[in-house]
Amino acid sequence: MNCAEIRLLLHAHIDGELDAANSLELERHLKTCAACAAEKTALKSLRGAFQGGELNFRAPDSLKQDLRQFVRDLGGEVNPRKAFDPQWLWKFLAFGATAFALLTLFLRPAGISGHDQLLDEVVSSHVRSLQVEHLTDVVSSDQHTVKPWFDGKLDFAPDVKDFAAQGYPLVGGRLDYLDGRTVAALIYRHKKHFINVFVWPAAEPEKMATEMRRGYAIINCATNGLHYCLVSDVNPTDLGALASLCGR
Amino acid sequence: MSANEADQFERIVLPHLDAAYNLARWLAGNDHDAQDIAQEACVRAFRFIGGHRGGDARAWLLAIVRNTAFTWLKKNRPHAVVSINDDDLAQIEDQNVPAQGVFSADKNALRAALEALPLEFREAIVLRELEGLSYKEIAEVAEVPVGTVMSRLARARQHLQNHFARKEGGK
Repeated sequence: MNCAEIRLLLHAHIDGELDAANSLELERHLKTCAACAAEKTALKSLRGAFQGGELNFRAPDSLKQDLRQFVRDLGGEVNPRKAFDPQWLWKFLAFGATAFALLTLFLRPAGISGHDQLLDEVVSSHVRSLQVEHLTDVVSSDQHTVKPWFDGKLDFAPDVKDFAAQGYPLVGGRLDYLDGRTVAALIYRHKKHFINVFVWPAAEPEKMATEMRRGYAIINCATNGLHYCLVSDVNPTDLGALASLCGR
Repeated sequence: MSANEADQFERIVLPHLDAAYNLARWLAGNDHDAQDIAQEACVRAFRFIGGHRGGDARAWLLAIVRNTAFTWLKKNRPHAVVSINDDDLAQIEDQNVPAQGVFSADKNALRAALEALPLEFREAIVLRELEGLSYKEIAEVAEVPVGTVMSRLARARQHLQNHFARKEGGK
């Protein structure tokens, strides 16, 4: 390691983030290089200046009170056991209807017919995206452009990564609608084929499952709280490779 | 359902309210905007509370604060958020002023210097030095690779060192 490399790794070292082998090599270097050793002392001293909490801002008490009030207000609306009041009955019925709607929404993909319907929707969505030239709402190969674009449009944050190095360049993203909810659609290209990757939150991890539908390969898997559904006319092996990259 | 969520909010979000506010305050630069951002972030955290699956609640909340703050800044202060290219920034501070030895500036001077840092550098220092997050946690909050976290911290500290070295020299 030369001095320039040492100067960068010094930061990881004083932050306790450097692995043992590199730390040893770095310490060996410091024994023989006074300039780098002085830099280490200076950096540790700078780190020390931040300690003690004087630079930390504390949340005003009013903020905590406001937030507690906000949560209490929400809680009151869905508690049906207060008194027999027609108003409560309506709220109770409304709550029941919402709960039922949510329940069917969550249960549907688990059933066989629900799953079949989802596969149909996925293929239709993929085909539609290619037909009407509505493949992307945001066109960019830059994951740092695509990811913020979803911000505020979804109630979850999809993991957006470019896999150009592995042969799957990111083309862009768009919002789509599947199984009764808004989902993120990421578009990748592979050997002149387009791949739609639909992403939505998942409750449970799921192993990768490959299926064919109307000549398209579809792969479903769930990991790290996100469900990935890939669809394309590429061969299932190539699609599987992208699924593994996404789920990593 | 809601009583449970209210409990979760009390247990998962509120203990880290100071951390949430601290990050919002350092990114926004004033109390008023920081309160708005922290409040909005906590409301979002409440909505997403079902999405929190174990793991470190503080890093999870700080990621939401960070997203809320950047969205807010882009909308209200578009000039403040110039998406930085880490490679370009690497050029800026390449002349290293010789190491200063023991750091002696007072807290007010340090606070002012930290406020003057570019947004992404300030964020890295706040998360590392004031909130004590690991590189991996910072990477998740700031949505950059771990290597970028290290280089941002290195650049940020160099900025600060050079700032104080120039001040010393100017005396």
